[in-house]
Order: sequence, then C-alpha cells, then structure tokens
Amino acid sequence: MDPPVWVNAVISAVALAFLGLFIVAPLGIIMMEAFRAGVGVWWASVSEPDALSAIRLTLLVAAITGPLNMVFGVAAAWAIAKFRFRGRTFLLTLIDLPFAVSPVISGLIFVLLFGLNGWLGPWLADHNLQIIFAVPGIVLSTLFVTFPFVARELIPLMTEQGTEEEQAALSLGANGWQVFRRVTLPNIKWGLLYGVILCNARAMGEFGAVSVVSGHIRGETNTLPLHIEVLYNEYNFAAAFAGASLLAALALVTLAVKTLVEWRSGQA
Amino acid sequence: MSIILKNINKSFGPFKALSNINLEFPSGELTALLGPSGSGKTTLLRIVAGLEEADRNDTADILFDQESVAGSPVHRRHVGFVFQHYALFRHMTVFENIAFGLRVKPRAVRLDNRTITEKVNRLLSLVQMESLAHRYPSQLSGGQRQRIALARALAIEPKVLLLDEPFGALDAQVRSELRRWLRQLHDTIHVTSIFVTHDQEEALEVADRIVVMNRGVIEQVGTPDDVFHRPASKFVMEFLGDVNVFHGRIEGGHAVFKEAPGESTEAGARMLIRPHDLLIRRPPDGTGSGIPARVYRVLTAGSVVKVELIDHQNRLLQVHLSHERYRENPVTPHEEVVVVPHQPRVYAGEDKWDGNYVI
Repeated sequence: MDPPVWVNAVISAVALAFLGLFIVAPLGIIMMEAFRAGVGVWWASVSEPDALSAIRLTLLVAAITGPLNMVFGVAAAWAIAKFRFRGRTFLLTLIDLPFAVSPVISGLIFVLLFGLNGWLGPWLADHNLQIIFAVPGIVLSTLFVTFPFVARELIPLMTEQGTEEEQAALSLGANGWQVFRRVTLPNIKWGLLYGVILCNARAMGEFGAVSVVSGHIRGETNTLPLHIEVLYNEYNFAAAFAGASLLAALALVTLAVKTLVEWRSGQA
Repeated sequence: MSIILKNINKSFGPFKALSNINLEFPSGELTALLGPSGSGKTTLLRIVAGLEEADRNDTADILFDQESVAGSPVHRRHVGFVFQHYALFRHMTVFENIAFGLRVKPRAVRLDNRTITEKVNRLLSLVQMESLAHRYPSQLSGGQRQRIALARALAIEPKVLLLDEPFGALDAQVRSELRRWLRQLHDTIHVTSIFVTHDQEEALEVADRIVVMNRGVIEQVGTPDDVFHRPASKFVMEFLGDVNVFHGRIEGGHAVFKEAPGESTEAGARMLIRPHDLLIRRPPDGTGSGIPARVYRVLTAGSVVKVELIDHQNRLLQVHLSHERYRENPVTPHEEVVVVPHQPRVYAGEDKWDGNYVI
C-alpha cells in the first residue's frame, strides 16, 4: 500500500531540504566565493606556480595510488574470496585497518617509521633517501588510507560469484592467466572500476594523513587540499576558494563517472 | 576411454570422505555414482576430473586408458565437466560459452575462427539450441542452461564426460525429459561418461552401470537390473526404492519373524521386502503363513495401487499392486487381512541369511 500523498510530500521535502542545506548550499557557496572577484582572479589563483604544483602533485599521487591499489585490491580480494586458508580472517581485519584508524594516526605511523628519529630514519639518512616531508611519504600514506576501497568492493562480489566458473574454465583447458583474464576479470570489472573511482576520490581529497607527512613545503609537497588550507590560514580567501572549487569539480566529475559506471553495470 | 581408479582415499580433516576406492569404468559406458549426500560420490567425481586431489599414498593412482593422470592438473586431463549449477560464464553469450574451450587452446593447435563457428553451430544443433546462440545465460531456463553446459563440455571433444548431479536443480518434468535426452545423446556420441546422482530412479533409468556408494565406500557395482533385483547389501536394498522392513531374531537355525522381537537384538534378523513383492490375502483363504495387518489407506491414483497397512506391532507396511490384481481382490480401510511375502530378503545382522525363515 502506498502512503498518502501528503506523507510522501513531507518526506520528500525533508530529504530535499537536508540535501540542499548540507550539500548543494556549501557547494554553491564554494563556487560563488571562488568567482566572487571575477573569472580573472580565479584564473590567476589556480594558475600561479604553487597552485599548479599542488594540482600536479595531487594528480600524480592519484595516478600512482589508483593502479597500485587496483592490483593490491584484486589480489587481496581474490585470495580472500576464492580460497580458504589459515589467517584469512586476520587478513580481512588487516584490510579494514585503514578504515578504522584516524588518518592522522596513519600519517604518524609513517613518520615513526621513516622520520629522522624513526626506526628506519638513520638508515635512510645515510643513504640519502627522503621519504617523510617528500613525495614518497605522501604517496605511501595515501596508499595506506585508500587501500581498503578496491578490496572491500570486490570481496562480497567475488564471494557471491564463487569458484565454479573458474573451475569450469580450468576443466575446459584454460591456464591460470586465461581463467583470470577471460572469466574472473570480466565478472568483476564494474565492481573494480567502482572501487577504483572511490579510491581515486579519496586519494585526491585526503587531508589528515598527508598533512602529517608532507611538511607543507609550498610548490613541493603541498597537495591541493593542503594548499587550500595554507591559503585559508593566510586569509587569502579568494585563492583558497578557487582551489576548493577545483577540488569540488574533481569530486563532481568522479560522481558523474561513478553514476555512469553504476548505470552501465546495472545494464550488463 | 577406460578409467581405472586404484586405492583412492580422501580425508577432509578428521572426516574420511573416501576409503580405498577401486573402480574400473569401461570405455564408452555411462556409469552412475549413486548414493545419499555425504557418501563421497561427488568427491570421487571431482578426483577423477582433477578438481580435487586424492590423499597421497604410494598405491593410489588414476589411469586414463592405462596411463596415469594422477599428477596432471585439471586443465591437462581433457575431461568435460558439467556442474550441478551449470557454471556458465555469465558475461558471455551462449555461443561464446561453447566456444570458450576452443579459444583458450595454445595458438599452435587452435582452430581458425571459421572452423570454431562451424563447430559451435554443430554443437548448438546437437543440443537443439540453435536459436538461442546470442542469448546470455541469465536469459535461459534451467534446462536450457544445462544443455549449454553440456555442449560447452563436449566442445573440447573430451575423452571423458563427468556430470555432477546434472539434473539436481531442475523441476521434475524437465528432469525426466533431460534424462531421456542424455541417454539418447550418449547413444550417439559414446563418450565414457560418469554422472553423480542421489536419485535412484535417475540412475536406474539412464545408466549402463551403477556404482552404489555409502559413507565413502562402494556398496555394489552392477547393472541397474543387478542392483535392483540382487542387492548386495541391506543398504543397497533400502536405498534403491521403497522397502518394508520386518524385525525378527535367529532361533535354532531359523530366522523367526512371528512375534515381536525379544529384548536381545544381538542376533537380530531383518526381512526386507519391496512393496510390489507383497500380496494381500483375506484370512479365510489365506495360506496360513503371513503377517496379519489392518488396511489403513488405499491410494488408487497412479500407475499402481498403493495400499498402506498397519501390522500388529504398529508398523506401516506398503504394498503395491497392479490395478488388475487389485480389482480381483479389493480391500477397504479398517479391514483385517494377511500380507504374504513373495521374494523376501533376509539379513542376519548385516549379512545375508540364506537359511530358512518363519513368518
């Protein structure tokens, strides 16, 4: 039985009001503030060298973490979903760890490991390798934070699909790689893409963990979120909102791609 | 191709799924592995396919045409395997499903595209599914999916066809239709086939030979006629069709079923009689020896008349009669009658009893 029309109307109105207040309005304000002083100022803010470097770094980090997490995620999900082995539940818990701990702690872990006073710090210093306050640290901490996305997306899917199709492929003479390429991968491709998109969104937007390991060196180790924070703290609102508008636009693009993927996978 | 299994054992942790299986599957025959769930039949089939590995020991071996394959993995054994739940590739069309085994062959021995298309079309017509070549598995009925799974397995021209409860997930009507079709198919292509089933009717109807399994051991190997009419054990008798069981005791060289069994069941005797091997007589013209019982229900809808009776020990007996025979001597519920066995099988403990018996 359908609820009465007025109930529907009230529920819809509440939902729309909530969405408008907490999502559409902030987004609108970001865009408004970004362009308040005109397109020229906006363009100047996003094209100055420090901003360009932040954008490049953000894209670089996303470009490295995306594919790596795709490989790790598929491997972990494959092992957990298709095999029974000792330590399987432990591995599952381990994958969830980055979700459970605060991103700041994730960053601190790497400082403690690779920082000058950390475990491997002296050795790294001797070999003239810098991880903390440099790009490798940012990549590592982003990798850590985004690790669960692909695996978490794939494990339920692969568990549900079981191993019978793979066994059938083997019995038909396919070798391991052919089974993966022709049977497993096509069955998970939409889930995989979805996981990578989420992972990518998080990699570009990550603040906490990156903030701890980056060192905030302008033009070198500032990602876009860090760059925005620095500008904001300097009361340079126009430039801060211009950067924020870029990040918001990246999020919107991600959302659009995600919707497209969902629509396509619904059809397949 | 003939298959020989030698000393196959398989344990899952403390559970012994198969113990000391020795079996021979003659070339070109259709054999059924029949048994209840947990009897090890599917495990045995998967070991033949190479999907499961038998416990390692020096005497264990699997021979395909006298050649050991125990060490080769599933994709080298060249077997066609049909799964209970079809396991069709969900993202491929029916056509691509069937072509899969041909497409994954190493380049040197792979057929060209035209030959593959021709071959797949031939298989599609063999399983009578030509019109559905471009459908996806999710658009097919269960019976159609199983035909495609079979065609896919046949595409690689396997030396052996292995079917794991192939009709288990289908409804009764499709099942019996596919059963007959599988038998016809086997008569056309003559590939050595083994199929697993827990349905005795299916095994009796389709197979050339039946291997009856129970708790990881083989109870009997024989033709359907053998296992049905000359069961080697009580288990086989009970598993293959309805059976009436009477309890008695061994006394002075006789198996006695006259009164309720005594307290000691140590030397217990059992008489097993199929429902169609019992006759119903009225006491006046009864032969004197028989089991007194009261008619409980008469079911006349069906190919035979089923009479259910309650004997004096309050046990349910089943008697199946042909309609003609029933009409000669109809009974009504609550009537007191005598049930006379014809061809009983008597067991003392687990062993067959060939001596005299008294009813």
